[in-house]
Amino acid sequence: MLELKNIYFFRDNKQILNNISLKIDNSKLIAITGPNGSGKSTIAKIIMGILKPDSGCILFNGQDITNISITQRAKLGIGFAFQQPVKFKGLTVKDLIELSSGNTINLGEACNYLSDVGLCAKDYLNRELSSSLSGGELKRIEIAMLAAKKSKLTIFDEPEAGIDLWSFNSLINIFEKMHKQIKNSSIVIISHQEKILNIADEIILLSDGEVKAMGKKENVLPLLLNSTSKPCKVMVEKGGNK
Amino acid sequence: MDDKFNLIEKNLLKNIADIEKIPMGAYNIRENGKSIGRNTTANIDIVSKKDKPGIDIIIKSNTKNESVHIPVILTKAGFNDIVYNDFYVGENADVVIVAGCGIHNNYCETAEHDGIHTFHLSKGAKVKYIEKHYGEGNGSGDKILNPQTIVYLDNGSTLEMETVQINGISSTIRETKGNLGINSNLLISERIMTSENQFAKTIFNIDLNGENSSVSVASRSVAKGNSKQEFISNINGNNKCFGHVECDAIIMDTAKVVSTPKVTANNINANLTHEAAIGKIAGEQLIKLMSLGLSEKEAEQQIINGFLK
Ligand SMILES: Nc1ncnc2c1ncn2[C@@H]1O[C@H](COP(=O)(O)OP(=O)(O)O)[C@@H](O)[C@H]1O
Ligand SMILES: [Mg+2]
Repeated sequence: MLELKNIYFFRDNKQILNNISLKIDNSKLIAITGPNGSGKSTIAKIIMGILKPDSGCILFNGQDITNISITQRAKLGIGFAFQQPVKFKGLTVKDLIELSSGNTINLGEACNYLSDVGLCAKDYLNRELSSSLSGGELKRIEIAMLAAKKSKLTIFDEPEAGIDLWSFNSLINIFEKMHKQIKNSSIVIISHQEKILNIADEIILLSDGEVKAMGKKENVLPLLLNSTSKPCKVMVEKGGNK
Repeated sequence: MDDKFNLIEKNLLKNIADIEKIPMGAYNIRENGKSIGRNTTANIDIVSKKDKPGIDIIIKSNTKNESVHIPVILTKAGFNDIVYNDFYVGENADVVIVAGCGIHNNYCETAEHDGIHTFHLSKGAKVKYIEKHYGEGNGSGDKILNPQTIVYLDNGSTLEMETVQINGISSTIRETKGNLGINSNLLISERIMTSENQFAKTIFNIDLNGENSSVSVASRSVAKGNSKQEFISNINGNNKCFGHVECDAIIMDTAKVVSTPKVTANNINANLTHEAAIGKIAGEQLIKLMSLGLSEKEAEQQIINGFLK
């Protein structure tokens, strides 16, 4: 579905991504993990087209998308739930769920997306996506928007951050539901959370802008958990908000 | 009755008062300086002034669920229409008042309307006041609106004021003055959009005189093209009171915006706050909407429409 080939990204005298190559197949749930500042969000932004790599190329279902716009990528079927959700004065939760789904949706549908993220639709649909909502609420609405967008490939950037009051199981249910409902779709989750890494088919471990390990959960997870001599930063920094 | 208005008149009325035909309840429709239709009800009287152009709107105590429409339309140019409208709202009345001015100017001369609206709210009265301003027409003549709103709020009364001017007015100076008594509330929401070489200035002078009086001013504006906007607010807390002013402007192209929110506390228990923000559309907002599949132009349009909603 998606392939990154030799991606380099250099800013402020720092090699932020250093020759990243990776492949994401259809119908997979992939976790990207690694310490804060290792380049996880940068990879997500490069896939969405928000940042342009200095070199390397990006293929989506065989098409070279390296030089196409964010809008075109979104239309091809790439979606991205931001680590820091964006606020909009004036636009309501309902507006954004409608914009995400690409058409007007009925109340029932909107309610389903919201109740899946643990929010009561009637309390939220007409609220502005502004600072009047808490960080955790904004985060959940961001997830609901991406569920409504129904992309072939959706990247969630630390979806669990700031939503501690809401059970992980609900979050995992959403990923599984999307997986089932959107044919051949894949999901990439950037996360520090062991519980989320546990449901992944494959894990990509990033450090200092490089892929340190990549493969089946069974093979990568032990690398993270068994590094007892030097406690794995990944696990220590869970919930980190970089 | 539907055929009373021609297409130009209907379109103006639709834009400023959401009406295309004769409204329900009390109304007075003014066109090019003359009243062209009026209706009163058992509770709401409308009387022409003797000494100057304009009307007195007298609303009886305890009038509930009634509305007054007083739209003004201008379809001729070379014309400066000044009108004084005084509203006397009786005790515990609860009504909706819809005003507004639409100008259709196909000429090269100026068309101007200056409406001076004074509200006297008696004890416990509640008014929702909606005012829309709209200009159109192919002429090069300016379309000018200089409205003044003067508000006297007696004990426990509430005025909720919504003003919208989002299209076609060349120049406007809008002034709102408030005198607030005990336990009274003034809630103002303002929406302005200017483009091309338009100019809009809005001034709020509010005196919080009564104990526990409160005012909230929320102004949102978009300045496009080469337009200029000025926002001035002066809130005086003369008693134990609460005042909050929020002005938010999106600036585009080569537009200019000046914002001067001023709060003055003349009493130790005056609680006054203001927030002012001017900026272009946040890049991350555009990026977010583009990542949902909108083009940059569509994203911009959504952000502006939402902001001015
Ligand atoms: N546009 C940018 N300019 C300069 N430095 C950046 C930029 N974006 C990210 N960085 C830096 O790149 C590194 C990786 O950031 P990021 O991808 O956000 O990491 P992660 O998501 O893994 O925490 C960090 O050191 C960060 O400070
Ligand atoms: Mg990050």
